[in-house]
Amino acid sequence: MSFVFLIFLPLLAALFIPLLFKKVGKIHTGWFVLIVPVILFIYYASLLPTTIAGGNLVSEFQWIPSLDIAFVAYIDGLSLLFTLLITGIGALVVLYSIFYLDKHREQLHNFYVYLLMFMTAMLGIVQSDHLITLYLFWELTSISSFLLIGYWYTRDRSRFGALKSMMITVFGGLMMLGGFVLLSIMGNTYSIRELIPQAPQLATHDFFIWALVLVLLGAFTKSAQFPFYIWLPDAMEAPTPVSAYLHSATMVKAGLYLVARLTPVFAISGTWMWLVAGVGLFTMFWGSFFALKQKDLKGILAFSTVSQLGLIMSLLGASAAGYHIDNIAETTFKYAGFAAIFHLINHAVFKGSLFMIAGIIDHETGTRDIRKLGGLMSLMPISFTVAMIGAFSMAGLPPFGGFLSKEMFLTAMLSLTEFDLFSMDVWGVLFPIVAWLGSVFTFIYSFYFVFHTFAGEHKPDQLPKPAHEAPIGMLISPVFLALLVIVIFFIPNIVGDWLVKPAVMAIQPFLYSSPGEVDVHVSAWHGFNTELFMTLGIFAVGGLMFWTLHKWQRSYDRFPDSVSLNALYDNLMFLSDTGANRFSKLYMTGFIRSYLVYMFSFVVIIVLGTLFLTEAFAYDVTNLAPIGFYEIVILIALIGSTLTILFSKSRLTAIIALGAVGYSVALFFVIFRAPDLALTQLVIETISVALFLLAFYHLPQISRKEERMRFRLGNAVIALGVGVTMTLVALSAHSQKFLPSISEFYKETVYSEAGGGNIVNVILVDYRGFDTLFEIAVLGIAGIGIITMIKLRLTKKEGQHENK
Amino acid sequence: MRTNDVMLQTATKVVTFIILMFAVHIFFAGHYTPGGGFVGGLLTTSAIVLLMLAFDIETVKKILPLNYVTMTAVGLLLALATASASIIFDVPFFTHAYDYFELPLFGKTSLHSALLFDIGVYLVVVGVTMTIIQTIGEDE
Repeated sequence: MSFVFLIFLPLLAALFIPLLFKKVGKIHTGWFVLIVPVILFIYYASLLPTTIAGGNLVSEFQWIPSLDIAFVAYIDGLSLLFTLLITGIGALVVLYSIFYLDKHREQLHNFYVYLLMFMTAMLGIVQSDHLITLYLFWELTSISSFLLIGYWYTRDRSRFGALKSMMITVFGGLMMLGGFVLLSIMGNTYSIRELIPQAPQLATHDFFIWALVLVLLGAFTKSAQFPFYIWLPDAMEAPTPVSAYLHSATMVKAGLYLVARLTPVFAISGTWMWLVAGVGLFTMFWGSFFALKQKDLKGILAFSTVSQLGLIMSLLGASAAGYHIDNIAETTFKYAGFAAIFHLINHAVFKGSLFMIAGIIDHETGTRDIRKLGGLMSLMPISFTVAMIGAFSMAGLPPFGGFLSKEMFLTAMLSLTEFDLFSMDVWGVLFPIVAWLGSVFTFIYSFYFVFHTFAGEHKPDQLPKPAHEAPIGMLISPVFLALLVIVIFFIPNIVGDWLVKPAVMAIQPFLYSSPGEVDVHVSAWHGFNTELFMTLGIFAVGGLMFWTLHKWQRSYDRFPDSVSLNALYDNLMFLSDTGANRFSKLYMTGFIRSYLVYMFSFVVIIVLGTLFLTEAFAYDVTNLAPIGFYEIVILIALIGSTLTILFSKSRLTAIIALGAVGYSVALFFVIFRAPDLALTQLVIETISVALFLLAFYHLPQISRKEERMRFRLGNAVIALGVGVTMTLVALSAHSQKFLPSISEFYKETVYSEAGGGNIVNVILVDYRGFDTLFEIAVLGIAGIGIITMIKLRLTKKEGQHENK
Repeated sequence: MRTNDVMLQTATKVVTFIILMFAVHIFFAGHYTPGGGFVGGLLTTSAIVLLMLAFDIETVKKILPLNYVTMTAVGLLLALATASASIIFDVPFFTHAYDYFELPLFGKTSLHSALLFDIGVYLVVVGVTMTIIQTIGEDE
């Protein structure tokens, strides 16, 4: 089955969305959209048995064969897991959005087209085996994310957030492209599958470390790792379904996917392990620490997402240790990879539900400011329950899925202290400490999110709308996800066997040859060990600190805003903006004469420079025809009329003299027997003189005081230079011929091959038809340019009102 | 303000048609003798410009109610379509086809897909030059 085409199914469906929105206005467009992820989910779920058995599927479609670029859909445990997340969460989010976005007030056709575009892009990322197409889809997610964040484009903050996310993720994407190119140079292939077996040789290559850092830049920017995470909180301006889908469950996990996918290639390196695990863990702590500073519900969730992504990232880094350990099944190092994937699933589930609840609160009370909220427990009991389940799972409490993966996370971090390579034996002890601290703050902000919203005092006077429970349709998706959180706790090993182990096999292919060999058994209770005491410590300290939160939360405000990463970004943007502006203004004077000066001087310098550097100048007069009487006459006319232009006092004289120059050139064509050129030149001259006369009205007066143009030395030098250059080039071109002239070929083939008699015209329409095609395109663009300049001239009073 | 130029106007009425006929001739002759879409287009433009000089833009607009922007677009599309039509026949982009036919009145005539392309060129040249002249001419 050529399932590679299924990647494009959402994009194909997107074509019909605007039509459905316009024609079938009565039914919410979302219902049609919903069909797409549901069909895809069912189809991809049917592939599960293959990956559970450790198999994989490949489907190919050639795109640009001459450059060896193809769409290759490669389904193994890892890509299938992500595919199911994308389509599964996608279906739930679309369902939720049907009730979240009003069909009358919102521009649904835009929204769903972007969303479907994103779905294709995301499926493309996780299934592509080809690095270049992977990059293509990668950037497509950045673009669709940009469009979705800026969906309410009349809001200032939306546009700011959209641009910020685009700037940062596209910067990372470009770096990643560089890394991909280096990888393909080293391994002589674009295919990830073919790169993996070459990993040991690649590691010795000079480019290896560069490729590693560049690829990680791509992954870190996309997955909002420190210090690039700053775009994610601003991305919260997007409609909540988008935040739940792109900015917590799928797109931000693309970076994790990339790291997981390329782990077999890079894991040998200590730099990789340190960077991925270190940056990940630091991000985990940083995100959880600053989540408590937030006042906006979605802001808390954004920082929490940053923190959780860091957690998974650090686990992926820790899983690299497996490459340096013999007999991994008997050590605790085996847990890291499993925990990473397991937590990734848990996070997608509980964070999805939490975002939907935040959206519901926003929708039903009109605010997301946690200071105004409180006491909603009795008013919105279902939402409260769902929020509590999600948050407790995030905090790592039993009996929720998050507890299990949090325990394994601690195990994996503890195992790093026993690792004795890459100076881990000295610094490794930091990992469990930072992990523990991060977990404490995670615990606090999870409680902060739930209890400051739902418990405490209800403040109806501060809410824009009277609070009430959400409609049932909006609750389906979060309730479903919350149930899943509990179900995962009770059947962790089924989830492990079906989804996690096949994915782990893809991350650590050198260690396991089938998913069954991944010897990890998840259990809620594994005796009194260090992890358990750490967890109890988290509950105790976290609980205590949450209790006293009101006393110390204000100290966050002491962090000055002016030294934050956001301020750095703003300043960078401001500086590059004004800097570029100033630099451009240095030479963009707005006078065409200055531009002509630049252009001509560059032509002279470049052409003359090349001519003399390559010693291409030659002078040979043996083949020249004698100069006749007519030539001299025309030449005198030509020079005479040129001088007339320069010295004429009235513009009319200058225009007519310019016409005379053109006609003399046409006469040259006549005596050199080039009727086509002569004809064209004559007509063009006529029309351009007429055009000049028309434009006459608009030209500025030649000032009266300055009766003729002042002599300018610089201009004279450039003018002379251009003349000399052209003469030298013409002489040299005539004096040396390295290749036989092409005209013989034209003469031979013009009738037999092209079916014509006039070589000039056959060149135009056939031999060099491309040139003509582009020339007329340029002509068309010039026409449009003139219309826009003259007819659509913007008056200064209009415009400027993008914000409603 | 406008001087009485009966002579110019009377001459123009005749000359315009001569130029237009010549433009058509030059356009079709293009493949074998000097001419082609580009010159043909320019000649047509010059005929219209002559009209504009002799009368004025408003009158010419009344005589020739053409939208030159659309004309440009149609020309570009025609040129592009001719060039890409070859893809359907599984030959490289821009491959022309031609053959000779016995037509009544004309006798043995060559029919060439390059002609379609040249019509595109012709339309673009007329369209763009007239767009430019008209926009600048109308602007106050």
